[in-house]
Amino acid sequence: MIKAIALLLAFQLAGEALRVALHLPVPGPVIGMALLLAWLVLQGGPDDALRSTSGTLLQNLSLMFVPAGTGVMLHAGRLSDEAWPIAVALVASTLLGLLATGLTLHVLTRHRSGSPQ
Amino acid sequence: MNGGAMTEIWVYLSAQPLLWLTLTLAVYLLAIALHRRAGGHPAVNPVLISVSVLVTLLLLTGTPYQRYFDGAQFVHFLLGPTTVALAIPLHGQLKRLLGMAGPLVIALVIGSLTAGLSAYAIGALLGASAPTVASLAPKSVTTPIAMGIAERLGGLASLTAVFVILTGIFGAIFADGLLKRVGVKDEASVGFALGLASHGIGTARAFQLGEQTGAFAALAMGLNGLFTALTLPWLLPLLAAALK
Repeated sequence: MIKAIALLLAFQLAGEALRVALHLPVPGPVIGMALLLAWLVLQGGPDDALRSTSGTLLQNLSLMFVPAGTGVMLHAGRLSDEAWPIAVALVASTLLGLLATGLTLHVLTRHRSGSPQ
Repeated sequence: MNGGAMTEIWVYLSAQPLLWLTLTLAVYLLAIALHRRAGGHPAVNPVLISVSVLVTLLLLTGTPYQRYFDGAQFVHFLLGPTTVALAIPLHGQLKRLLGMAGPLVIALVIGSLTAGLSAYAIGALLGASAPTVASLAPKSVTTPIAMGIAERLGGLASLTAVFVILTGIFGAIFADGLLKRVGVKDEASVGFALGLASHGIGTARAFQLGEQTGAFAALAMGLNGLFTALTLPWLLPLLAAALK
């Protein structure tokens, strides 16, 4: 497990280093994800330790958003002052984004998903 | 135990990172238990429940957010290595992802522009202030990217983080029900929509629906982060000029 965690951190570190060195607009962990994916392709896949450690972390992905989410209390003032435009913009644009993405992909791939049952 | 001793223990513990770290995990476990008991119903969202309980506790005890975060930062830190770990399910679905690369790119461009520009336009038309609107635009993107974009557009980074989280929770609650209603049920489309519109929290919801759905969500989250970072900073000024 420690080896798997060390590996994940090493890829995150490599991602951060690349981001700073090349002034990339994407955060280090996302670059680290791309680097690890490339490494997995070269290796032919993850070993059991990496698979189980990643599985445990990903099952609890929701937990990792709790500390930042609790920061909502810092913005109570602005959120209540502009509650109406904020709520409508967030709700409507999220629904539109979901529909636009889901429907586009569904329509473009409909003929394929039907064939192999 | 008398009240004086209780106060003394509280004063000591509430200043330690240990207390709020432990409470963050305990509250999350409670939220997960509720989520399971509700049969995994999306409205019983673990992030929403945890945040609501913790904010209530912090307000009741008069604890400032910064002191809370001194403890909770250890959980927050895990977001980095967990994002890297998304490469494992992506690798598992790589063949399928590459096989539909064309449709995925088209869905990315249409979905990303819809989510970002509509947030900005609706906020602006309803009269929200300039920093609020600039903070709203990147709300579908994962937190660190969204904060960077908002700052470049004249928004507030920490306010953006709040919009990102609210968007994630809202999308995670409504995505699969909404998409089912319009006939979209396949894992690829549901997962990709969740990751694109609701980033990591949507991706967490997608993994609750299944490993394949989760892999598509992880891909959409990464691609939308990249695409939005590259396009929104120069598209928004054009939209702002058009709305005036």
